[in-house]
Amino acid sequence: MTDANTQGAGQAAQASNGQGLANQAEIESVVGRILVELKDIPGPLLPILHEVQHQLGYVPDSSLPIIGKALNISRAEVHGVVTFYHHFSSKPRGRHIIEVCRAESCQSMGGRDLEAHAKSALGLDWYQTTMDKEITLEPVFCLGNCACSPAIRVGDEVYGRMDAEQFDEIVDELRTVPLAFSANPAEVK
Amino acid sequence: MLHFFDPRTDLDSEIDYGTPPATFDPTPDAELISLSIDGNEVRVPEGTSVMHAAAMAGINIPKLCATDSLEAFGSCRICLVQIEGRRGFPASCTTPAEAGMEVKTQNDKIGKLRRNVMELYISDHPLDCLTCPANGDCELQDMAGAVGLRNVRYTGQSAIPSHTHLDEKKDTSNPYFTFDASKCIVCNRCVRACEETQGTFALTISSRGFESKVSPGQDDAFMDSDCVSCGACVQACPTATLMETSIIDKGQPEHSVITTCAYCGVGCAFKADMKGDEVIRMTPWKGGKANRGHSCVKGRFAFGYATHQDRITSPMVRDSIDQPWRKVSFEEAFDVAATRIKGIQEKYGRNSVGGITSSRCTNEETYLVQKLVRAAFGNNNVDTCARVCHSPTGFGLKTTLGESAGTQTFDSVEKTDVIMVIGANPTDAHPVFGSRMKKRIREGAKLIVVDPRSIDLVNGPHVNADYHLQLMPGTNVAFVNAMAHVIVNEGLEAADFIAERCETEAFHEWKNFISDERHSPENTEQFTGIPAAYIRGAARLYATGGNGSIYYGLGVTEHSQGSSTVMGIANLAMLTGNVGRDGVGVNPLRGQNNVQGSCDMGSFPHELPGYRHISGQAVRDLFEDAWKVKLDPEPGYRITNMLDAAVEGSYKGLYVQGEDIAQSDPNTKHVEAALRNMECLIVQDIFLNETAKFAHVFLPGTSFLEKNGTFTNAERRISPVRKVMPPMPGLEDWQVTLGLSKALGYEMHYEHPSEIMAEIAALTPTFSNVTYERLDEEGSLQWPCNDETPYGTPIMHVDGFVRGKGFFALTEYVPTEEKVTRRFPLLLTTGRILSQYNVGAQTRRTENSSWHGEDTLEIHPQDAEDRGINTGDLVSLASRAGDTHLRALVSDRMQPGVVYTTFHHPETGANVITTDNSDWATNCPEYKVTAVQVDKLISETASSEWQNQFAEFTEQQIAFIDK
Repeated sequence: MTDANTQGAGQAAQASNGQGLANQAEIESVVGRILVELKDIPGPLLPILHEVQHQLGYVPDSSLPIIGKALNISRAEVHGVVTFYHHFSSKPRGRHIIEVCRAESCQSMGGRDLEAHAKSALGLDWYQTTMDKEITLEPVFCLGNCACSPAIRVGDEVYGRMDAEQFDEIVDELRTVPLAFSANPAEVK
Repeated sequence: MLHFFDPRTDLDSEIDYGTPPATFDPTPDAELISLSIDGNEVRVPEGTSVMHAAAMAGINIPKLCATDSLEAFGSCRICLVQIEGRRGFPASCTTPAEAGMEVKTQNDKIGKLRRNVMELYISDHPLDCLTCPANGDCELQDMAGAVGLRNVRYTGQSAIPSHTHLDEKKDTSNPYFTFDASKCIVCNRCVRACEETQGTFALTISSRGFESKVSPGQDDAFMDSDCVSCGACVQACPTATLMETSIIDKGQPEHSVITTCAYCGVGCAFKADMKGDEVIRMTPWKGGKANRGHSCVKGRFAFGYATHQDRITSPMVRDSIDQPWRKVSFEEAFDVAATRIKGIQEKYGRNSVGGITSSRCTNEETYLVQKLVRAAFGNNNVDTCARVCHSPTGFGLKTTLGESAGTQTFDSVEKTDVIMVIGANPTDAHPVFGSRMKKRIREGAKLIVVDPRSIDLVNGPHVNADYHLQLMPGTNVAFVNAMAHVIVNEGLEAADFIAERCETEAFHEWKNFISDERHSPENTEQFTGIPAAYIRGAARLYATGGNGSIYYGLGVTEHSQGSSTVMGIANLAMLTGNVGRDGVGVNPLRGQNNVQGSCDMGSFPHELPGYRHISGQAVRDLFEDAWKVKLDPEPGYRITNMLDAAVEGSYKGLYVQGEDIAQSDPNTKHVEAALRNMECLIVQDIFLNETAKFAHVFLPGTSFLEKNGTFTNAERRISPVRKVMPPMPGLEDWQVTLGLSKALGYEMHYEHPSEIMAEIAALTPTFSNVTYERLDEEGSLQWPCNDETPYGTPIMHVDGFVRGKGFFALTEYVPTEEKVTRRFPLLLTTGRILSQYNVGAQTRRTENSSWHGEDTLEIHPQDAEDRGINTGDLVSLASRAGDTHLRALVSDRMQPGVVYTTFHHPETGANVITTDNSDWATNCPEYKVTAVQVDKLISETASSEWQNQFAEFTEQQIAFIDK
């Protein structure tokens, strides 16, 4: 792969993260680059899937045959793994994923009210994404944060003792885009 | 003889032992361990599961996810047992038996657990047993009965309505089986069968927990997934989830007959499941030693041709080929045929007539046809379609090793360490053996693929060739020489083996020859196109990687130097000591079901049965005495001689049994000219095939389901073919040959094919202990089978070569005359595809055409781009022999400069293109190398001139049949 290609792929990946469906050329170049990097490590499939989801925002169905061929496994096997883990999404999602814990501890500490609030505040049901493609709401079973129930997670960040007010604040923050000026338009979110 | 336990032979193929037998070395020293199951003492090999051990003692532990064709999985939790001194309830399938173990398979506690588990299964399973297609053959139903399930507490509306699978839709995309997900218990047996048995990995379980379901591909329909329709999943399914459509339509069979598949040279054993005299299903038989319970889409499902409306069941005659056929009785047809043959012989001489035997017919039928030619025609003008496929194998292996047959049994692949596949595509052409090979590769065997095309074995799920030597078609000899050169010059040869077992003088002469620099991979690279480093790597791997085995196919034989390559392959095996034991050897993969047998039965013009030359006085005496007739000591015509003589006008009569030379032989125009020149062409076939369109007498044939006999597969295995339905024309093929012979004035007396086999055995030393009774007892026998080897010979040349000492033959590389030119800049090579078989006469008349409805031309993207060709475009394919039109498939499986097509459809006319070049020793045609040009066609409807003529001629000939 030439440098120009690599660069192009990088930009494409950035542009498509959380921004809806990627086109096939984009998928092939992003997945191709990830495969070059990761396919020879021991147990490569999960790291590759994580990286694809990280870069494209989801794991497109059309990437599975490419991954399978590179790893000498069938597309069905890759599909089995992708669908086994709820973490992987085969459809584009919002820029931010809010996961609300529905395990026993959180439920007993007001989690159900929090769920209801999250749904109504965002106007979403589970696995749905806001119209502006900013936020996707997902249930999760135990974040391991039971001592501070109820809990939610946004990206890699876990928040405990969550209530409706704090939830709204977090959502506000997620939706607020700082204005910035830069010579490089790519840096402006 | 000392008898000891051998799990391969001492298990009953009608019982499902739940888990596979332990890998066990069946020698007297191997120890059995002893354990107690429900108070019964059981002795089993170490590594046997508790479930298997119990089944051996006749104790059936309930199970759902276990079956003995698959490794234990331990998911269904029905097979729980209690073991003295152990906590809990281990699954008997995953628990290995240990010495002194005390196992309880039934008590109240276990019963309660099993009932609870079963109750959960049934809570999400329809209760429509009475109308279910699996009724009478359902393991779930059986197990519900076995555990005593009496009520289900969890039925009714679930809190979440979507949380049952009772409303799942059926997938009927596959023409042969239906996938009804509502009946699925997610036992994984289909997924594991697809992986372990077939090796395609087309199925998976998608999602998790209660959402889990069987997913072909990525939740696709079966037909849109990678599924090859081998039927392994259907075979493994314990419920009605995966079920043959024929069973859904007709119900369970009421009896079964074990017989042998009539497709490729693997020779799978099948149970023909019957309702009256109708075959409703073919299921692979676990006791079959060639297939070990596996099957492919052809043998398993494509049997409908036997009752297809195109079958012609009445004899027909006519005076010339521009006249309509007249239906007559068998007696009249025999008389017409005999009168004409005799007339021709009077007018043109004794040698003006002959016969062609078929590799699709049984040994007995083939034997009779050559006997008829030699005894009733009074000449040796008999040849077989093996002429055009594996005749170089016969010649090459006879010359070097001493016997015209492969050295191994298929089971041998389980012990091999390095597999070299040369000019063969096992996953398409020998799918069941291909699956066994892939299994061994998954277990760690190394793989070298030598093929101009990137076949499925080169790269696929869990299969990856260590070397893919992508040579140019026509350079095989340069390649084998380069391999041998590296092994000799790097000192990797098995010196002790050669000194002990091969002709010293010949070896030294050969060694001088092969050491020459002209055979070095650096020099041959210019011909083969294979980088020298790859050859060196592959040669080192083959010579030093442990048990090295070579599997080859028509990519080796169908060349102008086919015989040289076969000898070169035998040289490689002898050079590295890879002959005469398990896991090694030289293995020709035979194309048709009875190629080996038709050759064994004396179908060649120069050889009597058992590969004995016709010029030998002693052999002739033996046959003259038995047949009560004088034999001609001179070899007769080969097929190519027959055709040439016919074109020239001196050869006028031909009896063709079950063979379609007008489609399968090269240079179709030449074949057609020869056939048009015949004064009496007698064709015996189940359909009006391409050759029959030129015939004067048509004798209706019978399919393998309508007659008794034997087939001999690629591993020399003689397997019984059993009649399951009455012959549609009224006579079986062997009876038709008898009738014709009688009309010719040479009467043969047989009441049953077993009597023909008795005669073969009496006259052929390698068959002397083969009888129908022995075949019934053993299931099958591998020749040589005589007093020295009463149980047959799985592996040949064990203590020494059949010819005494192995012979290293010199194999000089001589490039083929078929070269690319500016006018014909590409090389065409031909081959086969999984779903179709040979000329397609059978498979085209089944639903197999859903996978491959027409022949396409595979072309490398670069060559395609040069010509502006896209996939699906109509292109013309022209050689110096002729031209035809077909659709292109742009594919990076090809290398630049090489194009590929199949010859399954007559209207494609792939053999209009191929030339009459042939092997120097045996005249096997050079199908695999033809210089061609490919051009994009502008008009979408244009057919080539030949195709137009073909269409017109076909239409006319079909109209001549009085239906």
